[in-house]
Amino acid sequence: MPESEILNQAFELGYTYTRSTGPVVGRFLTGLRDQQIVGIRASDGRVVVPPMEYDPDTAEALSEFVDVSDEGEVVSWAWVKHPREAHPSSQPFAWAMIRLDGADVPMVHWVRAKDESDIRCGSRVRARWADETVGFITDIAGFELVGE
Amino acid sequence: MKQIAIVAFHQSRAVADAGACNEVEMIMPVLSEVYQQVGINNAQDVDFVCSGSCDYLQGAAFAFVAGVDALGAVPPIKESHVEMDAAWAVYESILKIRMGHADSALIYGFGKSSPGELPIVLSQQLDPYYLAPQWVDTISLAALQARLMLEQGKLTERDMAEVVSRSRRNALNNPNAQLAGDISAEDVLADEMYLSPLRKADCCPVSDGASAMIICTVEKAQQWGVPFALITGIDHRIETHNLGMRDLTDSVSTRLAAEGAGVADGSVDVAELYAPFSHQEIILARALGLDEGTSVNPSGGVLAGNLMMASGLSRIGEVFQRIVSGEAQRGVAHATSGPCLQHNLVTVVEKA
Repeated sequence: MPESEILNQAFELGYTYTRSTGPVVGRFLTGLRDQQIVGIRASDGRVVVPPMEYDPDTAEALSEFVDVSDEGEVVSWAWVKHPREAHPSSQPFAWAMIRLDGADVPMVHWVRAKDESDIRCGSRVRARWADETVGFITDIAGFELVGE
Repeated sequence: MKQIAIVAFHQSRAVADAGACNEVEMIMPVLSEVYQQVGINNAQDVDFVCSGSCDYLQGAAFAFVAGVDALGAVPPIKESHVEMDAAWAVYESILKIRMGHADSALIYGFGKSSPGELPIVLSQQLDPYYLAPQWVDTISLAALQARLMLEQGKLTERDMAEVVSRSRRNALNNPNAQLAGDISAEDVLADEMYLSPLRKADCCPVSDGASAMIICTVEKAQQWGVPFALITGIDHRIETHNLGMRDLTDSVSTRLAAEGAGVADGSVDVAELYAPFSHQEIILARALGLDEGTSVNPSGGVLAGNLMMASGLSRIGEVFQRIVSGEAQRGVAHATSGPCLQHNLVTVVEKA
């Protein structure tokens, strides 16, 4: 069959709607745009970062926002020797659970490090802000180790 | 309350790449196997059908509907689907039978994971604002969990390697296993780190395949005249999606589900645990309160082959087979879903 007879139709998967992130997630993401990190106080008093809309234990709607530092401590980490194409870094890096100063609950993000031996539980890290911050979790372009 | 009997189970061989074989072609052979086991012709001969699969694997909304082609849905049948492992399709089917809406149910689960990059595909099922945009994959999250265990002295790398060794050795007796071999813990420890602190052998392989089961009332099982085992308890619990708020070194939801299912009400001869990573088998065994008297994952478990969306169903099936063969009197099957054992289902299966 000559090629001209093959029917073609371009298809782009996309969403024809926009969605509000709401007063809690939205507040956090807007904070990132301004290079600030905000958490929320859970029913038991713990500060949760990033903030959750409802307490997972009591189901209470949460609303008390708490500013936290963009610096904190590594609680757990995993070394990615061979980053995948979708990963945020093309160089080896660490995924980490990071408890920011002023927060009680660690968040998952990634840490820039040259070598696996540079990072350990307890390492101090600081957020590196993207050149342009737009209100996404990726406004934090990874965390950097703070000199010890 | 109506007692529930398992009367048939079959799983396909777990393979790394099913090639041109599509989902329907993976499902049909396991269905015809379970039809044969009870002596029926097709899905018209059961009252209800429930399947488990994940549209993310095929990358298309409502992809699971194509799976129904394997049943031949004309004339119309009563059919349902869970976007979960088919172990949860067992749960739905039990409710259907208990409500008196059916006396028998056919359950199947299937997953062709090989065409995509599974750990990355699953990253898109995480929190859509905080995690999915980072593309944090399932192996990395499991590695964070393992690190917490190691740091807190709750296990050692050797403990993890021993889980792998036992899985590979047990899998030698499982013709459906993808990975099997006479491998010692030392052999595992000699391997380099893959995603530190995990070695490749600590992680389940990516597999293609399907499994199917038939459950029914005891009266129906007797009518069919086939050997059966009883489901005497089933419960499932989920934890928060916020990984930072969970104690990742324990499985609180498994503990609660085990309590609800009555695991401790008798001895446990055999346990089939859906632990995609070696350290998770240790977390689960502790949460279920298993001791030396229990044979854990005699099939090799999912470290020997992980059929996404069917592995949980297969755990129940493996326990069923060991009970009807007389190898065990009472067993526990576990299924999981979500990152780092977020959601867990526990089933108790006993000799009839």
